[in-house]
Amino acid sequence: MDILQILSNTGSSLIAPATIGYALAALGLAMHFGFTGLLNMGMAAFMAIGAYGYAISILTFGFPWWGGMLVGVGGSLVFALILGIPTLRLRGDYLAIVTIAAAEVVRLLFLTTTFDKYTGSADGLSGYHESFRAFNPIPDGTYGFGPWEYNANGWWVRIFGITILALAAFILWAVMRSPWGRVIKGIREDEDAVRALGKNVFSYKLQSLMLGGVFGAMGGIIYALPASVNPGVYVTSLTFFVYTALLLGGAATIFGPIIGSVIFWGVQTLLSNLLPAMVNVGLLPFMTTTQSQTVRFILVGVALMLLVIYRPQGILGNKKELTFVK
Amino acid sequence: MSSNDASAAPVQRAKTTGLHKGDIVPGVAKVDPIIIADGIRRTFGGLTAVNVDHVEIPRNAITALIGPNGAGKTTLFNLLTGFDKPDEGKWTFDGHSLAGMGAHKVAGLGQVRTFQLTKALGLLTVLENMKLGAKDQIGENIFRAMIPSLWRKQEAEIEERAIVLLKKFKLDTKSSDFAASLSGGQRKLLEMARALMSQPTLVMLDEPMAGVNPALTQSLLDHILDLKEEGMTVLFVEHDMHMVRHIADWVIVMAEGQVVAEGPPDEVMKNQAVIDAYLGSHQDVDLGIVTGRIEGELNTEAIELAAEVKHLDENIANRKETGK
Repeated sequence: MDILQILSNTGSSLIAPATIGYALAALGLAMHFGFTGLLNMGMAAFMAIGAYGYAISILTFGFPWWGGMLVGVGGSLVFALILGIPTLRLRGDYLAIVTIAAAEVVRLLFLTTTFDKYTGSADGLSGYHESFRAFNPIPDGTYGFGPWEYNANGWWVRIFGITILALAAFILWAVMRSPWGRVIKGIREDEDAVRALGKNVFSYKLQSLMLGGVFGAMGGIIYALPASVNPGVYVTSLTFFVYTALLLGGAATIFGPIIGSVIFWGVQTLLSNLLPAMVNVGLLPFMTTTQSQTVRFILVGVALMLLVIYRPQGILGNKKELTFVK
Repeated sequence: MSSNDASAAPVQRAKTTGLHKGDIVPGVAKVDPIIIADGIRRTFGGLTAVNVDHVEIPRNAITALIGPNGAGKTTLFNLLTGFDKPDEGKWTFDGHSLAGMGAHKVAGLGQVRTFQLTKALGLLTVLENMKLGAKDQIGENIFRAMIPSLWRKQEAEIEERAIVLLKKFKLDTKSSDFAASLSGGQRKLLEMARALMSQPTLVMLDEPMAGVNPALTQSLLDHILDLKEEGMTVLFVEHDMHMVRHIADWVIVMAEGQVVAEGPPDEVMKNQAVIDAYLGSHQDVDLGIVTGRIEGELNTEAIELAAEVKHLDENIANRKETGK
């Protein structure tokens, strides 16, 4: 059992593009669920639209990297409108059902062979890196120390991702401390009361869905930025993982989703390295290495349940401000 | 009405009179109406919840909407405030036609309401609750929200106004607490204070006294009377007849979705239709005495009314009719 290698992998995962992508999507869910009270269970679709929008516009239409990102973000705005206009009048639990269904529709549209030419159906998309890497200001070479040693492209993706994440966190913080954020939190508490005070609740909910959706789309793009777009990623369980990260950190906080994602990925990577290693040295005689990979997802489920029951406000949240029992 | 009322408290304020034109009948025209409603019908399946031919609400007066449970009072409230849409009918507020208008637009015109089940925004602080009530906030636009210099000045003004109102409603010591930590009565006060933050012209209160203890009742009554003095119009739904008698200038009685009677409180309560439709057997205690506002025993009027009601109750029992 190579403890050092396990720890190194774990350390590296803390700033991996996947972690940054999760953090962005979790910020989007903090906007939707933590602050506005919209139980959006379709975050995976926003991420998929971001990633596919980016990849397709580069591969099929020859856009530059920033054009691809604009298409991904624009696509998520359109999706938020299409999803929001008919459903935001629904009560919370119905919204959850509709968003799950909508996310599945989006995933299956990307997966179907009908659009194979554009989406690559089950193979997904790859080979769209040239334009983004051409903009890399970092000279070739390997930088960093310990677990955080990457080449120029690796750092470029991470620095870009962290910059976008910082920007998103700043935007969320800026709007949530404003009178706009007060209306949003009021809607979470009781939308009829807010309506009675002359606020257009529907419009605010739509704005929240769009802003959070843009964060989700950027998360999807960053997630796909270093490697490929894989349709197997954007499944409903992705939404649940992002929720786990969100609830771990604190749903109605700004830094909670970020810290939650970092911890989520740290623990995931640790377990996915540690459990098979323990099986190999005979510490877990009752399972195989394949089974041990499944066990970590069981542990995620158990952790999510324990969180919701015993610490619903998350690590950073205020116990009084967010609980599931009112 | 109550200049000759022996039980009038020293602080009893004058009622507004002369609100109507011509004979008092259901749907009578008012001298200066703020709301004029025509032919409003709302059905839920086979049940006609509201069926009002014509009703006018007088401006700068306190109007009470009374009636038994299921009479359609709250439904009418919801219709007038845009929270529900009628099957047919039209109505105007301050000259603006409101038919088909959404609740937030109605509120934007200066018609603000409270709810029967108090809606304090529990996980916002009391002060945030208050600030939310203010209208036309620059920082409520998502783009301007990101630039604090645009809204900071207005925010300070709103906060100042909120603190003045909180002091008046004796909630200033609670301003940084979550509204969820307030008692039921305090939440009623907060909801009313929050509604006033929007500087409305018409305040619609749905059962402002429900669940409020007698000690708070008095201050709530005074607050409602203050609204009229400040030039606002008040329309409220209430089951507490004493409150209605004490503060209402005009009473509209509904039963089975229709306006069955209206008029100044004393006259309405003598109306046979009203007594049949509504008045129960708890008319024997004066609210003023209950709340400690007035010392002394019940006045003759109250005793007479109690006797009358008792007599009617017996009649009703004899006829095996139930008035709910």
